[in-house]
Order: sequence, then C-alpha cells, then structure tokens
Amino acid sequence: MAKPLLEFTDCGIYCETGRFYIDPWKPVDDAVITHAHADHAYWGHKSYLAHHLSKEVLYYRLGDINLQTIEYGETVTKNGVEICLFPAGHVIGSAQVRVSYKGEVWVVSGDYKTEDDGISTPFEPVRCHHFISECTFGMPVYQWKPQAEIFTDINNWWRNNKEQGIATVIAGYSLGKAQRILQHLDLSIGPVFTHGVIENTNEALRRNGVTLNPTTRITYETPKEEIRKGIILAPPSAIGTPWIRKFAPFSFGYCSGWMALRGAKRRRAADRGFVLSDHADWDGLVSAIDATGCEKVYLTHGYTASFARYLNEIGFDAREVHTLFGDDEDINAQDVDLKDTVTSEESTLSFGEGRGEAEEASL
Amino acid sequence: MKNFANLFLSLDETNKTNEKVRILKDYFNCVPDSDKMQMLALFTGRRPKRPINATLVRNWAIEMSNIPPWLFEESYHVVGDLAETMSLLMPESTGGSSKTLSEWVAEINEIATKTEEERKLWLTESWMMLDRQERFVFNKILTGSFRVGVSQNLVIKALSDVTGIEPATLTHRVMGSWMPETYSYTQLIEARGAADDISRPYPFFLAYPIQETSEKQKSAAELQDALGDAADWQAEWKWDGIRAQMIKREGKIFIWSRGEDLSTDKFPELHPFLNALPDGTVLDGEILSFANGRPLPFNVLQTRIGRKNLSKKILEESPVAVIAYDCLEYNGEDIRYKTQSERREILEQLQAVTEWPQIFNISTLIKFGSWEELEAIRGQSREMIAEGIMLKRKNATYQVGRRRGDWWKWKIDPLSVDAVMVYAQKGHGRRADLYTDYTFAVWDGDKLVPFAKAYSGLTDQEINKVDYFVKRNTLEKFGPVRTVKPELVFEIGFEGINKSTRHKSGIALRFPRILRWRHDKKKEEADTLETLKAFLEPSAPADNSTDV
Repeated sequence: MAKPLLEFTDCGIYCETGRFYIDPWKPVDDAVITHAHADHAYWGHKSYLAHHLSKEVLYYRLGDINLQTIEYGETVTKNGVEICLFPAGHVIGSAQVRVSYKGEVWVVSGDYKTEDDGISTPFEPVRCHHFISECTFGMPVYQWKPQAEIFTDINNWWRNNKEQGIATVIAGYSLGKAQRILQHLDLSIGPVFTHGVIENTNEALRRNGVTLNPTTRITYETPKEEIRKGIILAPPSAIGTPWIRKFAPFSFGYCSGWMALRGAKRRRAADRGFVLSDHADWDGLVSAIDATGCEKVYLTHGYTASFARYLNEIGFDAREVHTLFGDDEDINAQDVDLKDTVTSEESTLSFGEGRGEAEEASL
Repeated sequence: MKNFANLFLSLDETNKTNEKVRILKDYFNCVPDSDKMQMLALFTGRRPKRPINATLVRNWAIEMSNIPPWLFEESYHVVGDLAETMSLLMPESTGGSSKTLSEWVAEINEIATKTEEERKLWLTESWMMLDRQERFVFNKILTGSFRVGVSQNLVIKALSDVTGIEPATLTHRVMGSWMPETYSYTQLIEARGAADDISRPYPFFLAYPIQETSEKQKSAAELQDALGDAADWQAEWKWDGIRAQMIKREGKIFIWSRGEDLSTDKFPELHPFLNALPDGTVLDGEILSFANGRPLPFNVLQTRIGRKNLSKKILEESPVAVIAYDCLEYNGEDIRYKTQSERREILEQLQAVTEWPQIFNISTLIKFGSWEELEAIRGQSREMIAEGIMLKRKNATYQVGRRRGDWWKWKIDPLSVDAVMVYAQKGHGRRADLYTDYTFAVWDGDKLVPFAKAYSGLTDQEINKVDYFVKRNTLEKFGPVRTVKPELVFEIGFEGINKSTRHKSGIALRFPRILRWRHDKKKEEADTLETLKAFLEPSAPADNSTDV
C-alpha cells in the first residue's frame, strides 16, 4: 500500500512527498502554520508559510522568522504537492490547509468554528478525501447559543456594573477572543481598556490592516476613575495578579466554551461565565465533517476517543491520532509540569480554551 | 419556577457572602409565600420524595436526547452531574411555563401515584416546557439530588433581614420534620410558631477544631494563650458516635440525629429511659454501640445505620446506649441561656435518678489541673475509643451552629501511612472532568494492594498536577476508572482502622484523606500492608456489613 500523503510523526503532521510539516511542534525546515496560537505556531522552524492576516502577529510572537504569507484560495506548490489555505473561522488569519497530490486531497483543519464571529473570515467547508479535525468540544453537551445572545448578556452586565460604580473585567485570550469581544461591545456604555499583552496583539493586527474598535492601553498613568467607567480586556493569565487587583472593586467575567458546564464554571470562580468559544460546538463539528464528504477522519485533539466512536457509529471512518495540540484534557493542567513548582499566578493560566491559547497569554 | 431557576443561577455566579444574601433577599421579596417555604424546604434539605425511579428518568432522557446510551454516559462523566447532563442533552424547549415552584413540586408529589405511562408523558411534556436553567433545577428536585452551595446560615441571615426576626430564633423554627405543605410562612414568622410542634429540636451547638484549619496540633502553651486559664474550662472525651438530640414532650419521645433526621425508631434501646424522663426535657449527646459498659468503635455502630429493619441479631450484636453531655430544655423551659456548669448540674440530676444507668450514661468530666496535664491525658484517647477531647467554657451558653469561642474540639492526630496512587476517577460538581478521586495501595510483598479511596486533601494546584499525570500515565480504562502507573506517593491519614471481609486488603479505614503529597518518596518507599495491620485494635470485630 502506498504511503499516505500526510502522516503523523513525532514532530507533527508531515508530508513526505512535499517535504513540509503542518503546525509542527519540533523545529523543522519547512512549516505550514494554520494559525498563530502557540500550540500551532512554534518557534525555531527554518521557514514558515501562513495566511496574510497572521503575518504581524507571527512576527510579534516569534520574532524575525523566515515567513511567506498567502491569501485564502491561493496555491503554493512544494515538490509537486499543492498547498492551499481556506478560512477556518477560528481567529483572524486562521486557516485550514488543503494538501493535494495526484488527485488525493487532505485537509488539516487546525482549530475552527462554524459560526461567523463577524471578525474572522467565516469557516468554509472544503471537499476532501481525508479530513484531519480538532474536536476540543466533541461532546454533545457542548452546544453554543448564537453569539448575539451572549454579547447582549455581556453588554447588559457591563452596563449594570457601571451603574453600580464597579469596574468590569473581561477575560479572553489575546489573539482571537479579545478582538471578538472588542468588536461586539456596545461602545455607547463606555471606553475599552486593554492589558498590554492584548494591546500588543491588537497593534500587530492593526499593522496588518485589520480595523478594530478604539482601545486604550492601561499604563501606570491611566487614572483609575476613568478605568472604572469602562471595560478592561485582560488575558486569563492576568486574573488574580496584583495588576488586576488594583482595579477593585470589579466584576470579573470569563468567556470560554468551558463555561457551558457548571462544574468548570464554579472551578474558575468568575463572577460571570459567558459561554463563548472559538471552537466548533458538537453540531458544528458533526456538520463540518459531514460537509467535507471525506472518506476518513483523523481526530487530533479534544474528546477524540468518544467522538471517533460516535462518528464510526453514524457511518464515518474515524480514528484518533496523537498530537501535541492543546486538547480538552490538557485544559486543567496546561503549563503544569510535575517537576516545576507552579505559583498561584501561573496556575491561573488554565483559563485558556486550548493549551496554546493559554500559554500565549503569558507572552 | 423562573425565579427559582434564576436564584440558583445567580447564587452560582458569586462567591461573595454579601452578594449571596442580597440575592436570597431579592428572591424572598419577589415570590409568593408558598414559594418562600418551598425554597426554604429545598435549601434546608427537605426534598420531595423521588416520584420516579432514577433509571427510568435517565432512560427517558436518553430517548429524548436522541444519542446512543453510551454517549449519554460519557457525557455524564464529563459533566459530573446527572440533572445537568440531562438538561444539556435534551432539545431546546418548545414552550414556556408560568407555573410556580410550589406548583411544580405539587405536581412532582402527585405524579408518584400515577402509572408509568402517565409519568413518562408528564415528564417529557414538562421537560419541553422548561428552558435549560429551569430544567436543570427541576431535574435536581426530581432526582432528589438538590443541593446548593449556600449554607443554611446565609438563608437564615437573608430571611432575618426580610422578616426582622433574630437568626437564632429562625434557625430554631426551621428545625424538625416540617414540610412546606404543612408549615406556612405565616406560622414561621409568627411569634408562637416554634412552640407548635412538640417534636421540634433545637439547633445543635457545634465545636470548632482547636487547630482551626491546620493539621498541626496546638501545644499546651498555645492553648494557654488562646483559651486562658484551664480552670475556666470543662473537658470531656470526644466520642465517635452519632450526635443526637433526645426529646420528651407531652408524653412523646423524639430522637433527632445531627443531620436532622428523625431517628426515633432506629434506637429502641433508648425508649424506656426517654419515656421515663419528665415532660419537657431535651438532652444532647452521643449515641454509641456499647459492650460491657464500654463504647465500641464506630464501625460496629455503622452496621446498623441505614438498616430499615433492625433484626434481633443486629440489636444483640450492636446494642446502643447514650452518653449525654448537655441538657437544653428542663421542665418545659428552654435553658440554653444557662451556663455550661448550670446545665451540667441539671443533667447530672436527671441522670442520677434514671433506672437505666447502663443506657443513659453521662459524659465523664476529665479532671485536669493544667493544659500540660490535659495534653498528656489526650494521649489516651484511642484507648478510650474517643477521637480526642472536647473543651467547653464553663460559663458558656448553648449556642446555635458552629461557633468559635466556647466549644472546641481537640482531636488526636490521625494515623497515617505512605501509599501509592493506583486508580483515579473523575470527580463531580466543581471537580467534574478532573481526576480527583484516587485509590491508594500499599505493598504486600512485591504486589500493591489497594486499601483506601480518598477524595480530599490536595490543593487545586496539586489536583491539576495529579490530573495531568493521570492523563499521561493511564495503563487501562474501565469505564470512568483509570488504572494509573504506580508512581505518585501520598501520605494518607485516617481516624481508625478495622478488619473487613469486604475489602481485598482485609482492612477498612475510617475517614481516609490525603495529608500531603510525598514528592520526596519513591513508590518503593511506600508502606506495607503489615504496617497498616499493626494499627488494628486487637478487640475490633470484623466488619461484615454490606450496606455501608
């Protein structure tokens, strides 16, 4: 039997014919990057290929890398293998990677969501033979409400806090969630203040030509009374730190798909948990997989075992594969190494939705 | 129901005490009186009887959610709560319902008498009328698993703010076996309300651990600093039985356990002496298994707890008696305002004239001249089958609930062994989807023998680390249980140990818990089964019960 076009190696998803990797986690010569989150875009590769809109964020995060960027739908050929990017709808600049060679088509989803968030280019299903999919929320208990409902709740909560004279802090990781929240806030309520990590990402995106709502970076000079009238966008890693405590009294809201479950919500001990995710929910995953018309599904991270079993029962040929992409099981333990002592501030990193998304917040 | 569902949601969303009280007050202020009582009943553990068997509810929920049963089970393990799992997996509701909480509870109570088909129809229709949050709370009530992260004290505080009645008075009035159908809000807030029910117990006064939240013991010198002169204190053994309040009023007797269960029938041995007490007497004490005038370890008593029928055999093998240590009502007068010493005197008088001194014992006062002396006496606790020593300030009144200041428990240090984690299971509630429940093993030759399960004792950070380890070091999966590579060593503390024929290890521990993670120990350095068995008390009989 001929070798498959893409295979799962110790370094990441590999195309031997094309001699490139997709989202590799060990340094390689040639890397195609689905999106700029830390568990997908590692440092140390000799060359990078990604979407235009990931450009400035990748430079900001990884420094002076050898980066080529392309548009959605644009094809790059490596050793006869065609590579083409399609929107994944996960965050700004996120892409699915379509790899084809002699009529055989593979698609690597990276992370994706099927709902149009109004800021990332909406997800597009791509026909393929082999679909490599995430399934972070691959359990039927995860079903998202339309984001309009969630943002109504968020804005009402902010308005209410302002009336009570307390500050509003909302946490979301710095690439993706932060901008998604920012673009849907009701700015008639007040101004938006940002933590430095988020503002750095905002600036990178603005350099990339993305139009974002106005924000003010919080510095030592920013008057506290001003901040109290507005909303503070903070990365999850800032929660519980002295930086955030100086805005007290405040109400703290946390946006994540994990907030769908009461247990997880109570564990995070946020004042408000908003169920807002940049990953597909159960129905989203099933419909996305169905829309590819694929013969085989490979599940990289999330509830892979049970989701694979379910897909097999409804007629797909699905199996789990092992990768280092952030998955559900890591969520409560990211950045936790048995050898290291974790300080209380570091432990708050477990707020992210995926492993990498939490890590990036500490940059 | 909307109000109640929102109450639940709002309480969930805050950890701040003041905020919780405000939310509770808002609720009391906006619902009809019948709902106030219904809420009070639910928040104080008075649930309606489960009208439909849990398996049926589960099966109907699976049918409605349109997923394979195994996936429902998997979802349940992720969510960690059956009521919530069901509410999440069912399709969105199709219509609203304006029924109040009391109306829903009334329906739940009525449906119990209907046929299975009628019940199924009612339940599926009800589910479709309720939104997700309402459905969750409804399921909680229906499956008899209603619990809430709010202490009764907070509910009482809010109710006190709303009614202007003292918290202690209200705490007393919500004691006992009332149900919202028979106890109205007006009765609750009326001045004479509490006296109406002759079975009503007083709120228990509970002691604080002297070392507070620390596992570290206090020294005699620290006690001197914290409590002052030893002469101001009365000391008794801390008995390990069932805390109970025994009432004799208007010719009737009532025995209440601390969990506010009316358990009069469970302890027939106590009836003769209680019946002989003067009317208007309430005693506080500990029920224990006794043999030859000596208390037996808790596991002997355990064999008869939870039994519906007390067979002759049980009564012979595990006879109970009382060690009384307080008197709360005498001659029909509430004497909780009297000092400890005064109440003790009354108790001694009552006990002096009993015809059943073998059953109606009285807690001996320990004679001691100084804290140093008492510290030495405390060392004999295990021989006394006691958990340590109780300290009560001689001039203290009998108070309501767990209060710092006048009653302290000075427990002995737990026994402990170093053990290896071998199995892990996901927790529930706040710990859902995290591996938090562990099974530990000790060495028996070159084999590891599991001997105890423990759920608590680690910090959230440590739990995260263990969870991370479990997920990466799973050897086998059996349903929700994972066999884990034996590597992590923990110090396991426990209060007592007994032989057991039901456990592979041949022993059963009382209150096992994790004292600390022994990062410094390799699995080879864990303790052996021999070490554990050396703790066994030679007199303790085997625990052969099946219903613990």
